[in-house]
Amino acid sequence: MPTAYVEVYEEEFERLEQALRRLRYDSNAKAVFLIDKNGQQIAAVGDVEEFDTTSLASLTAGNVAATDGLAKLIGEREFSVLFHEGQRDHIHISIVARRAILLVIFDERSSLGLVRLRVKRASTEMDEIFEDMNRKENRGPEGQVETSPFSEITDEDIDSLFGD
Amino acid sequence: MTFINYAAKEINCKIVYYGPGLGGKTTNLQHIYNKTAPDRRGKMISLATEADRTLFFDFLPLDLGSIRGFTTRFHLYTVPGQVFYDASRKLILKGVDGVVFVADSQTDRMEANVESIRNLELNLQEHGFELINIPYALQFNKRDLPSIMPVDEMYRMLNYKREPTFAGIAPQGVGVFETLKSVAKQILVELRKK
Repeated sequence: MPTAYVEVYEEEFERLEQALRRLRYDSNAKAVFLIDKNGQQIAAVGDVEEFDTTSLASLTAGNVAATDGLAKLIGEREFSVLFHEGQRDHIHISIVARRAILLVIFDERSSLGLVRLRVKRASTEMDEIFEDMNRKENRGPEGQVETSPFSEITDEDIDSLFGD
Repeated sequence: MTFINYAAKEINCKIVYYGPGLGGKTTNLQHIYNKTAPDRRGKMISLATEADRTLFFDFLPLDLGSIRGFTTRFHLYTVPGQVFYDASRKLILKGVDGVVFVADSQTDRMEANVESIRNLELNLQEHGFELINIPYALQFNKRDLPSIMPVDEMYRMLNYKREPTFAGIAPQGVGVFETLKSVAKQILVELRKK
C-alpha cells in the first residue's frame, strides 16, 4: 500500500501529554508542542490558545526539514537542536525518537540552559513512549485489532464531507 | 502520511500541489481559501519571494467535517515550481497522501509540464512512493488563455495512469474544487482499505 499511517492511541496520547506537561512545568515554558515531522500536531500543552497551532506545526516541520537538508549538504546526519531567539519569546526545537519534533516556547521566566536540560530528560521518556507506539502500529491496539473504524467508510460518508 | 489520532478522534491528510513554475498552484489554494467558510479553514501561509513567487511552500489547512466520528482535516501544500528549487520540492513531498498536478495549458509550457511530472515521479520515489500507486489528480489550468493545447492532446501527453483530469481556470475557480475533491476522495478510499 502506498500510503503510510501514523497512529496515536489513547494510552500513548495521555502519556505523551503528561510528559509534555511535566516538561512545561519543569522548564517554566509558555507552551510545549509535539509535532509529527510531516507537520501535524500530535499534542500541545500550556498557553496554546495564544498561538495558531496548525500553522506553528506546519512551519516548524518545514523549518526542521529545511535544516535537515542543510545538514546533509555539509555531511551531517541532522542538526538535532534548533534555537530561535526573539526579543521576548524564544523557540527551542529538538527531534524526539527520530520522527517527532518537540517545540518549546519560553520567555524570560526561563532560560535556554534550563530548557535544554529539561528537554533532554523529557526526550528520553518520550523515546520510550514512541517505541511503544511503534509496537502498537505494527500490531494494532489491544482488543480492537481486527477492524479498523475506517473499513466501513461509505461513498456517502465521503460525499457528505464535500456537501455533495 | 495520514495521521490518525484515536484519542483526539482526528484524521489529518497531506495533499501536495505540484507542477511547473507559474502554472497556478498557489492560485488554486487561494481560490479554495477564498471560497471556504472561515470556520472550516485555517490561515493560509505563503512563504514567497518579494516578487510573489513561491519560495518554499504555501500551506492551507482545511477542516471538512467528520467521518465516522473522526474530524477530517486536509493540509494543502504547494511546492515551488521553478526548476532550481528541487531540494525544497523534495522536502515538501515528505509524508504526502495525495498529489494534484497543475499543468499549464499553454503550448509553449508543455515541455515544462512533462519535465515536472518526471521530476514528481523521481522525487516521490526518493520518499518510497510510486506515482502509479498514490492518490493523484491532474488539472489542465489556464484554459482561458490564447495559444493553449487542446485538452485531448494534453491528456495524451500528460495523463499518467488515467487519473481523474480536470480543465481549470484557477483565478475564476473553474475546476479547482473538482480537482481537490477528486484527490481527497481517493485518499479516503485508501483509508478505507487500511
